[in-house]
Amino acid sequence: MYRITKANEIAKNIFLFDVEAKRVSEFCLPGQFVIVRSDKDGERIPLTICDYDREKGTITLVVQVVGASSLEISKLKEGEFFEDVVGPLGRPSDLCEMSKEELKQKKIVFVAGGLGTAPVYPQVKWLHEQGIGCDVIIGAKTKDLVILEDEMKKVANNVFVTTDDGSYGRSGMVTKCLEDLVAEGHEYNHCVAIGPMIMMKFTCLTTKKLNIPTIVSLNPIMVDGTGMCGACRVTVDNEVKFACVDGPEFDGHKVDFDEAMKRATIYKTVEGRAYLKAKEGATHHGGCNHCGGDE
Amino acid sequence: MDMMKRIPVREQAPKVRATNFEEVCYGYNDKEAIDEATRCLNCKKPKCVEGCPVNIDIPHFIEHIKNGDFVKAYETITDSSTLPAVCGRVCPQETQCEGKCIRGIKGDAIAIGKLERFVADYAMEKGLKPSVQKEQNGKKVAVIGSGPSGLACAGDLAKLGYEVTIFEALHKAGGVLIYGIPQFRLPKDTVVQKEIDNIKSLGVKFETNVVIGKSLTVDDLFEKEGFDAVFIGSGAGLPRFMGIKGENANGVFSANEYLTRSNLMKAYSGESTTPIMIGKRVAVVGGGNVAMDAARTALRLGAEVHIIYRRSEKELPARAEEVHHAKEEGIIFDLLTNPVEILTDENDWVSGIKCIKMELGEPDQSGRRSPVPIDGSEFDIDVDTVIMALGTSPNPLISETTKGLETNRRKCIVTQEETGQTSREAVYAGGDAVSGASTVILAMGAGRKAAKSIDEYLSSKS
Repeated sequence: MYRITKANEIAKNIFLFDVEAKRVSEFCLPGQFVIVRSDKDGERIPLTICDYDREKGTITLVVQVVGASSLEISKLKEGEFFEDVVGPLGRPSDLCEMSKEELKQKKIVFVAGGLGTAPVYPQVKWLHEQGIGCDVIIGAKTKDLVILEDEMKKVANNVFVTTDDGSYGRSGMVTKCLEDLVAEGHEYNHCVAIGPMIMMKFTCLTTKKLNIPTIVSLNPIMVDGTGMCGACRVTVDNEVKFACVDGPEFDGHKVDFDEAMKRATIYKTVEGRAYLKAKEGATHHGGCNHCGGDE
Repeated sequence: MDMMKRIPVREQAPKVRATNFEEVCYGYNDKEAIDEATRCLNCKKPKCVEGCPVNIDIPHFIEHIKNGDFVKAYETITDSSTLPAVCGRVCPQETQCEGKCIRGIKGDAIAIGKLERFVADYAMEKGLKPSVQKEQNGKKVAVIGSGPSGLACAGDLAKLGYEVTIFEALHKAGGVLIYGIPQFRLPKDTVVQKEIDNIKSLGVKFETNVVIGKSLTVDDLFEKEGFDAVFIGSGAGLPRFMGIKGENANGVFSANEYLTRSNLMKAYSGESTTPIMIGKRVAVVGGGNVAMDAARTALRLGAEVHIIYRRSEKELPARAEEVHHAKEEGIIFDLLTNPVEILTDENDWVSGIKCIKMELGEPDQSGRRSPVPIDGSEFDIDVDTVIMALGTSPNPLISETTKGLETNRRKCIVTQEETGQTSREAVYAGGDAVSGASTVILAMGAGRKAAKSIDEYLSSKS
């Protein structure tokens, strides 16, 4: 059991938890993730590590309510427990493996879409601790869904917020913001884009045009997170990779996003579940109560 | 009573069991067990013992059954085996102990597996525990993985007085016994959990949710956690795929994923929040025990199920009993058939599987006749789910993070055959992590062998 030392709703339906997970906190690096279960019947849910405190033995997780399991997690309060937290899983960010000299050559822009702001934060913070500055674009649908802006400002050179509806910061998608920044004279030679699959896909199309190498962090369907199930397989540069052990970060210009997006639908999206129901007919039981029988 | 004929074991009727996850085989009752035990010839030179990877004193325990002394029978078995309730159910007895049985030459071999199971179940019912440990000797051993090899190794070391901690990557202990083998073949709460509780009662500590190679390294176990020796029993968890077109379509799963969802996450039951795609028609590719398990799971979830296997029935690597059960339950066997492409619909979900007919050619390295495709014989099978059960390989997470740990071309950890010692001092390994995907009993045997070597090593050090 893993005690929750802090639980906050930081934006509508987005929850932040500090959780005691000593082994994870001691060994994790930016880019890695954990798998959690809220209770003994819970689904295994992969979550990127947003922050960690090696002394207190805690890690910070951010969860957005998208389905039954994340709804259960969102109900957890300070002083309560996660049934399971396992990690750190996946490979640390490539940035963590570069030398200071290499890092100093980089003019890095992070592109964070929605909840993707959470996994971007530890990378920016880590760079800051190494004395490396960078710029961050935070994109959100609307003002109320912008998260971690203040925290990010403390560790980034510049933070540019853009909202789809123009309710806060700049107006428009992150891709527009990135193009505008480059047009305004900002120079970047390394981009890290983390967020919804569709946002990463279009960011990569943009950075390809702008000739900026781009790393993305994928969060596909997973069960064990240790390379055992293969549910998370993605095609990168025409090769099949397992996101849990080979990733989660990959060269964004080589990821087959269309396939990855289709694979992400199977149990997760309304369309995917409806399609599954139609295909399965009599054997369909709502993905085992997962979607309540798709009523 | 015809001494040549085996006492039949009661089973759930195929039509009934095809719709539920209850155990297929009910096992013997007292009388049936005694009757079956009476058939044993009590050979002077028992071949069955030679056939058993852990050399259980088989004639002796059967004699105790014959005399109605089931407690003594249990003690005899647990002298050599850590997991009798499991092995009595999942060992390939027909090629091991029972395969060597002298009775089997002219009649039916003694049902040694069923008798072992009977004794183990009797012990569980009566709450018998394996004999308790000696005094603690103050030395610490870390066991990586809580599957059959790890449990066996830990159990033996605890009995010798070592302080043993098992590290398990998943949230539940048991390894393949929990995530891999289905409920209807190996009940989880009434059998596996009880065997694990027995190991716990010997003083073994379990720490779940620790991925060695990620949460901690093997070196950390020595340097930071103060262990004196390490046993690696991390199994063979990496699934293989065929590399054919369409394999990443929605509806294609590894057997590992399918079985883990159903077994570990209990997606087969209504209580689970973990989804599983069932489909109307399912193709399982492969012919081993895992293929049978996946097929019979899909069948119980309501699908029509095809096993697609490239050789003929004779070469099926699965246990004869599993194949027999699968057929009885209505699994369709498409033999001498090999997939060449997975067909998809406009949304990239599986819509069928294109196969080619095979014929058997010359024997290959394994001695089995190798299958050769018949030109122009392609045909489609209409399915919406495909499960790949093509075997597994060891997970490289540990070998990649442990300096000086030698592995072979297949990523298996290299050990000394007799001792289980790896290329690193004080590090031992056994089970599928060393052999590649194999059986529960061989893994258990390797775990016990390593326990003995670890004891010798640590005793010689002090």
